[in-house]
Amino acid sequence: MDLRDLLDQPTSTERAAVDDLLGSAPSGWDGGEITPLDGHVAYGGHEARARRHLLLPALHAVQDAVGSVSKGALGYISTRLTVPPAEAYGVATFYALIDTRPRPATLIHVCDDIVCSRYGAEALKQSIEAEIGTPGATTSVGGSNVGWVPSPCLGQCDRAPAAMVHRAGTGYQNVAPAQLATLTGLQFDELPPGLIHQDRSTLTLLRRIGVVDAGSLDAYRSSGGYETLARAITMGRQDVVTALETSGLRGRGGAAFPIGLKWRGVAEAAGEEKYIIANGDESEPGTFKDRILMEGDPFAVVEAMTIAGFATGATKGFAYVRGEYPVAERRLSGAVDQAREAGLLGADVAGAGFAFDIEIRRGAGAYICGEETALFASIEGLRGEPRQKPPFPTEHGVFGKPTSVNNIETMVAALAVLDMGAEQFAAIGTERSTGPKLFCISGDVARPGLYEVPFGTTLRDLIVLAGGLREGNEVGAVLVGGAAGSFVDGDTLDMELTFEGAAEARTGLGSGAVIVFDETTDFGPVLRRIAQFFRDESCGQCVPCRIGTVRQEEALARLAADRPLGTLTDELGRLDDLAKVMTDASICGLGQTAASAIQSAFRLGLVGAAR
Amino acid sequence: MTMVEEPITIIPARVGGVEVELPLGSTVLDACRRAGADLPTLCYGPTMTAANACRVCVVEVEGSRTLVPSCSRKLEEGMEIRTDSERAMHSRRLVMELLGSASELDRAGPDLERWMRQARAMSGRFGPAEPETPRVPPEPGHHRPPDTASAASVAEPARVEDELYVRDYGRCILCYRCVDACGVEHQNTFAIAVAGRGFDARISTEFDVTLPDSACVYCGNCIAVCPTGALAGKIEWDMREQGTWDESRQEVTRTVCSYCGVGCNLDLHVQDGRIVSVTSPHDHDVTLGNLCIKGRFGWMYVDSGRGV
Repeated sequence: MDLRDLLDQPTSTERAAVDDLLGSAPSGWDGGEITPLDGHVAYGGHEARARRHLLLPALHAVQDAVGSVSKGALGYISTRLTVPPAEAYGVATFYALIDTRPRPATLIHVCDDIVCSRYGAEALKQSIEAEIGTPGATTSVGGSNVGWVPSPCLGQCDRAPAAMVHRAGTGYQNVAPAQLATLTGLQFDELPPGLIHQDRSTLTLLRRIGVVDAGSLDAYRSSGGYETLARAITMGRQDVVTALETSGLRGRGGAAFPIGLKWRGVAEAAGEEKYIIANGDESEPGTFKDRILMEGDPFAVVEAMTIAGFATGATKGFAYVRGEYPVAERRLSGAVDQAREAGLLGADVAGAGFAFDIEIRRGAGAYICGEETALFASIEGLRGEPRQKPPFPTEHGVFGKPTSVNNIETMVAALAVLDMGAEQFAAIGTERSTGPKLFCISGDVARPGLYEVPFGTTLRDLIVLAGGLREGNEVGAVLVGGAAGSFVDGDTLDMELTFEGAAEARTGLGSGAVIVFDETTDFGPVLRRIAQFFRDESCGQCVPCRIGTVRQEEALARLAADRPLGTLTDELGRLDDLAKVMTDASICGLGQTAASAIQSAFRLGLVGAAR
Repeated sequence: MTMVEEPITIIPARVGGVEVELPLGSTVLDACRRAGADLPTLCYGPTMTAANACRVCVVEVEGSRTLVPSCSRKLEEGMEIRTDSERAMHSRRLVMELLGSASELDRAGPDLERWMRQARAMSGRFGPAEPETPRVPPEPGHHRPPDTASAASVAEPARVEDELYVRDYGRCILCYRCVDACGVEHQNTFAIAVAGRGFDARISTEFDVTLPDSACVYCGNCIAVCPTGALAGKIEWDMREQGTWDESRQEVTRTVCSYCGVGCNLDLHVQDGRIVSVTSPHDHDVTLGNLCIKGRFGWMYVDSGRGV
């Protein structure tokens, strides 16, 4: 292709940030110094175009260094990676955490999503506004330019309100619970993964969290780490896959697809080039389980991915970590580096004669990239837009190659299958929902946090485990599965937390988010925040979701303002119509679930005129 | 050299109970059309790989949880397809209503007009469309709260930047056809892409620079695939604005472009003795409707009044 470059030049800082990632430009053709030889040799073709997958890492590099991506920086990245500037701009403007307009060196993202907005975020936003100004405004605090923007869920719902601070040239950090003084003081400590309220010795998936040093391979090994890989190698590929099938382990990211089927699909797919992806792009409001696993037990994720590589024949793995999880990214990177150094990743893993390595990819503020096909696009350097299935990822995944995408919790649960044995694992829970399961409980309970229970525990027992409701209140409703889930009311607390039990209660376990609302809750603002979330996070590709989420939010806003278009019945009919088209005709799960919580709230009579 | 033809496999399927047989590799849309169904399409263009974005062609396929986009789904043996189920008809109507509520569709042609009439689509049911505002740089993940009085729209002032063509993005339905035509499907110029996210996604050059500052080569192949008149030749756009564009009074003459040796077919659209637009036939297996700047725009000297 014949690319036209952006004429603006990068600053030396921008250039250095890109060169740090890509190495310095080898020729004038790549944006480097023009030498006489460049007049005789042209570089390009497939090799140059094949580096497009580095686009998002390059955008991150510049964003991290200077706080935004200027024309000059985008132009330089485009030239280095042979990506048309228009497409690079399209990718940059897809992500909330990449700024294509200048912004203050320090940007505070303040979560005002479902849980945080009920636990201090509104007051925090007001005080920040008084100190700094409206979102987008810049103020000098202690000699540094500071601004702020509201943010969707930051995955810190157990210690609301949450914030995330990006400081150009320094890095980014979570702050929770966030207070004005801490935020503007710009002094933060690295947060621990979060309090686990259960006795660790009784747990499987969480047994190392907060107990075993997450930064040390030796500590991991002395707590039983890498014994599972050794066991897997002894069992052989076939038996590992069979064990996972026998275990009945189903995906914990929301789709509940059997992991054994996925791994078998990839193992049996034709071709040499195959991939494993650990999906750590957890962005479902109310969900923080994968963050805690990645922060608190990163080696387990690395070991599980390695076993996946062994079992499927994939030699490359990507761990896609949400862009809002700095600690998880650092811990996982550290774990990968240490594992590689110890020969547990690389050309000959553990001397067992197979190759496998892992690359960490950081998301950039896009809920949709947790959808597996959008995640592929994001890794490939395209806009994070999902595509129609079939073809399915096990045949046609990232880079068009067979790929198994597994949620972080699923990966860790796979270790448990091989540790305890498939039959033992299958004996936990029910016939169709096997094994231990993590639930993220937040909202109006006494001890919000991450809990591990066997499948089949009732919702009531789970709430009791979390200390019951605050101040002795009664349950108004529980949002199961996050923004993409559905509400159940106080009469449904005896529902079994299983895939089939949730379906029976007209909800879904989704990502394991359980947000509890007490009887005093005004659900109007909750629903409007959910509608706002989907309107913001829709990728924009298909019409039902792109425009449907807008019309849904508009209808709820009119109802809240008591300015219905026509009668109340007209508005409810309109919401119904929108729900149907989004559910039936959207490309991916985002649009298909964008009306689910709102519809369930109307069905249960949580807002307005009950139907 | 002997040409060996691949044997064509014919597979059976049923559309609304009607048995159809089509070659392997056909789409569900092909099958529906074979069965006589008048399915709407917008983002689908016969000369391009289906973008699968607008969802106006969705149908019901037995065994599928959600509706299936007929334009991009390959036909499988024994598929049971229904085009007229309540679910499918509902979604197709809603897609047209939603598009009509956000974009100006009055230049999208008689097909869409018919489909919308048949489906009883009412684009006004979401409230009056928000008035035209200049485009702002994308801010993914953020938007202004709804104003409760109007329905958000993509209306923005038309971009009249030169004498060749106009980008009237208030009519854009984000079907991706112009982007694909500019990119890998046809021109390989990559001057435009989708920028921003969600409802705020727009067709844009890098940093929204003007076309002369972009990689655009003014081939106009984006115009040739735009289904809604968001991209139009300047003369056509001016005449439509003035209300003088009248296809019933136009004569189309096919000729061959005289600029180079490729020999692209040109269709000269002539109204009142004046060339008002030049296109290339989409069913031509060399050009697929594409031209270069010379073929598409290099005829204006004819009516310049200054002679050759």
